[in-house]
Amino acid sequence: MIDVNTLIGPYPFRFLPHPDAETLVRVMDREEISEAWVGHLPSAFYRDPTPGNAQLYSARVKFADRLKPVPAIRPDWPAWERVLGEAQAAGAVAVRAYPMHWQLGPHDSRLSEFGLACAEARLPLVLTVRFEDLRQRHPMDTAGDLTAAHVRALARCSPRVRIIVTAAGKDMIEEVHWGLTSDEQRRVLWDISWIWGPPEDHLAKLFRTIGAQRFVFGTQWPLRLTQNPRANLDLLPGDVAGAELADVESWARQ
Amino acid sequence: MSPPLIDAHAHFLHGACGRSDWEAVNAARFRAGETIGVTCHVASVLGTYGFTSPTYFPSPADCTIGNDAMLDICAREGDRVRMMVTVNPNHTSHALDEIARCVERGAIGIKLLASRRADDPLLDPICELAAKRRLAMLHHIWQHRTREWPSQEISDGADLARLAERHPSVNFILAHIGGGGDYAHTFQAVRDVPNIFPDLSGSGVDRGMLDSAIGALGPRRLLWGTDLTMETGLAKLRALDVTGLLSPDDVECIKWKNAVRVFGEGRLPVQ
Repeated sequence: MIDVNTLIGPYPFRFLPHPDAETLVRVMDREEISEAWVGHLPSAFYRDPTPGNAQLYSARVKFADRLKPVPAIRPDWPAWERVLGEAQAAGAVAVRAYPMHWQLGPHDSRLSEFGLACAEARLPLVLTVRFEDLRQRHPMDTAGDLTAAHVRALARCSPRVRIIVTAAGKDMIEEVHWGLTSDEQRRVLWDISWIWGPPEDHLAKLFRTIGAQRFVFGTQWPLRLTQNPRANLDLLPGDVAGAELADVESWARQ
Repeated sequence: MSPPLIDAHAHFLHGACGRSDWEAVNAARFRAGETIGVTCHVASVLGTYGFTSPTYFPSPADCTIGNDAMLDICAREGDRVRMMVTVNPNHTSHALDEIARCVERGAIGIKLLASRRADDPLLDPICELAAKRRLAMLHHIWQHRTREWPSQEISDGADLARLAERHPSVNFILAHIGGGGDYAHTFQAVRDVPNIFPDLSGSGVDRGMLDSAIGALGPRRLLWGTDLTMETGLAKLRALDVTGLLSPDDVECIKWKNAVRVFGEGRLPVQ
């Protein structure tokens, strides 16, 4: 099992217990997760996320076989192309971007140029809808949730772009999915970290309508309980129980 | 015989709530409950869930429609369901009559939504009846009220604490610490009010939330529950086993023993 949505480092708006690589690996052992794609949480809030990437690379050195780096790159910052090259050289399996935190609108040309560059570099782009529920946000946390329009625009920027959207709910997933062509739909995967299970059965409904192959396992550790997505899968009704999620590694190589 | 597991915060839908899939949602609750090991769903129906009056401000007529549906579910399901009677405190005489009517037919507690601030004097007659009939009261809570929000007259832990201090013989269940807002505020607001018992339900599964609740309130003050998301309930159950803060008996307290104390001996089907 690969967890595509993990982070290390503190969060500016609430205390997180032990948000470090050592603890993450212990949790992965306990939860039988073989590999995690890991980002650097504070980088989302840095003006320039590049120093956070350096911290990410060094924090995972001891666990290089289990933790795969997903650095953050800000496409409206000078020389982001060089940072993308560094990410490739450092063995990044994907890159993260936070358009809402950087006030980049869905149709900002810098965002689409960045999407294109990631596609050319064969690096999937990891987007985050939210770190916390809207109702509990700190007054200074004003970024807002990622919009469906951002995802649609990026999915259309290149026939080679690959996007993993994390922490989305059913409504946003449906809005994006049915607003894309079949080819575009295949270039977008969704992690299951924030999708509701029973009794509303949002995950089951999405598996039936969109297909389990559009989804990947993600926990959003250290912000959320690692047990949640597994519990969601365990509670699926019979007709979709045991449905196979996407193989993210082969999808990324396509 | 399964070990007891009491879901202290559950809801069911019914035919008058404007959803054609209401039976499937109810069936899904039972299906997931069986997988999780829930032995009793302590549940309420929230009027017509917005179909003919707002969910959080149900009309008296809708409260009665919903409570009738809940009574039917109890009659059909036997020991795997217990009922909380839903009332709107703005309509005092209807609320008191409705509580009496449903308790006669087996309801074991009262469910209040967000129709009136929790510390408002209009809640006092309802609490007095709860004290007299030894009924627990589940109050919808927004964790840390910093402003008004649409569609609810929200209350937070501090509001509920003022009510609970006025009615020390009533057990209050503070709804869904994972149900939105800042739970860290709640834990401090109710820490010194021993007749408030927060339930763990809600879609929020923030890491650190359970540890903070246990640290501030201890395992004798917490109730397990699910509300609208049962996968988060299962995740929290699994997390309770690995916090490193709880003995096996502490975990049993959160799973069901505290619920027995809060609702009263003999009211829940536990052996």
